[in-house]
Amino acid sequence: MRATNSNTSRWGLRVLGLGYLTLLLLAPLVMIFYKTFEHGLAPPIDAITSPDGLHALKLTLLTVAIAVPLNTVFGIGCALLLVRHKWKGNAVIDAIINLPFAISPIVIGLSLFLLYGTDGWLGPTLAEAGIKVLFSVPGIVLACVFVSLPFVVRETVPVLQEIGTDQEQAASTLGANAWQTFWRITLPAIRWGVAYGVVLTTARVLGEFGAVTIVSGSISGQTQTLPLFVEKQFENFNFPGAYGASVVLAFLALSTLLAMNLLKRKEDA
Amino acid sequence: MEAHSATASAPRAGLRLPGVGAGLGRGTVVLYLSLIVLLPLAAVVSQSLEGGISTFWEAVTSPLAVSSLKLTVICSLIVVVINAIFGTIIAWILVRDEFPGKAAVNAVIDLPFALPTIVASLTLLALYGNDSPVGIHLAATRAAVVVALLFVTLPFVVRAVQPLLLEMDREMEAAAASLGAGGLTIFRRIIFPNLLPGLAAGVALAFARALGEFGSVLLFAGGLPQTMVSSIFIRQQIESGNNVGASAVSVVLLAASLLLLAAVTLIQRWGNRHERSSSGLTVMPMSGEDFTVKKDPDEGH
Repeated sequence: MRATNSNTSRWGLRVLGLGYLTLLLLAPLVMIFYKTFEHGLAPPIDAITSPDGLHALKLTLLTVAIAVPLNTVFGIGCALLLVRHKWKGNAVIDAIINLPFAISPIVIGLSLFLLYGTDGWLGPTLAEAGIKVLFSVPGIVLACVFVSLPFVVRETVPVLQEIGTDQEQAASTLGANAWQTFWRITLPAIRWGVAYGVVLTTARVLGEFGAVTIVSGSISGQTQTLPLFVEKQFENFNFPGAYGASVVLAFLALSTLLAMNLLKRKEDA
Repeated sequence: MEAHSATASAPRAGLRLPGVGAGLGRGTVVLYLSLIVLLPLAAVVSQSLEGGISTFWEAVTSPLAVSSLKLTVICSLIVVVINAIFGTIIAWILVRDEFPGKAAVNAVIDLPFALPTIVASLTLLALYGNDSPVGIHLAATRAAVVVALLFVTLPFVVRAVQPLLLEMDREMEAAAASLGAGGLTIFRRIIFPNLLPGLAAGVALAFARALGEFGSVLLFAGGLPQTMVSSIFIRQQIESGNNVGASAVSVVLLAASLLLLAAVTLIQRWGNRHERSSSGLTVMPMSGEDFTVKKDPDEGH
């Protein structure tokens, strides 16, 4: 009696959970690939290799190349300070780091738009110095740095807590200075946690849309990142273009997932 | 244990920068955060109050702003309720059930974190839009807002509940069952209370994400008056040059974000109160990695 009952509920939960995932995650994912290659390989490839498409791809990769290293270095340094140096301000820093998780990307875009705009606190000064932030690469990078700020810190902090300090103490007892201890002991021990954070940061920067759309102006061939390119193509009824660019982004997202799973296993080992 | 002693007993700490170095590092961190995060946000608050409190209030209570905020909050509430239920079910089958392809299902849960929101919007539109191959037409409806938000917030509850289920002591359930408790009673009296901290934290994070979501809603639900969520309203205000109106609604969203983050921190403190490493630093269920892997070695013996 009980066995049949628990069997029914087991199957019920399985069907509910997997059915929900199929409708919400798998079906849409399959759909992108289907829609993209519905009329063969040529339309999406043409769209992506168009000058605007290529430029968008390059700009997105450039943004990744700047924003990810910045937040990685900051993230490791910040995590070290939070975990290894007790300070009364740590709780505040910890709270500020979580802000980008909870704030709307549109609000983040607006905040940069106002700060670096012509009437903003920093806009006029920078304009005089000949630095253009809005509607150009620096603005896009700033938006991406803002939205992806927490990942490396959040992934590194627990690993640092976990490894403890015994080996670092041993190293310093043996005469290693802080720099040597960091490179030879600490960094190798936390590398998979950091790598995981880097992967999440990269995924977020690659796909950031809301914040970038406000600060970049989405000028084709100039300040259009790949996600913005998708929107523009869609608005212009160039659906093969929109799907072609989407497939590139989806492919990058799947690579990210794969990397996340491999790193999870590494850390487990 | 280790983590605790590492943070608590300063003199024994390992890699430490000399006093000046730590100060310099701290200064850099504070400067970076101020420049990247705080200063821009301060600009929004300042802009929203430029015309005084009355202008701010007028902007927030304008009919369009109110209807967008209302729609956003109602849809987000619906979304977190569905998330709480299905997130727990999915976490449950991932931990307690065995079926072929489980590892792949577990991996695909994080897809919404990895997939760009605009791509999510486009693909939901292709599947559930006017040319829907499955005959479900949701484009430009409020249901589309809900579905888009469900998509992007899916991982939060799953990843917050999963580790708690993993480390739960199953002997308690066995004991309850041997004393004659039925499945529902066991869930209600034993399992659910243990999952509650994770569930609450996941729900709060999903709610925060839903309130501010933009990209995934944009193409699928559109910016029609009846489907205009607050983030889309803010973009429209910016485009029409009404910075004060955009900032005022942004400040409302910002306040909600702060409250929800504070709630997550409190929930975690409550959930950690008899846990080994309570360093006071927050842990986010962004990855699942923090939880799923590390906690079971301790439980094993």
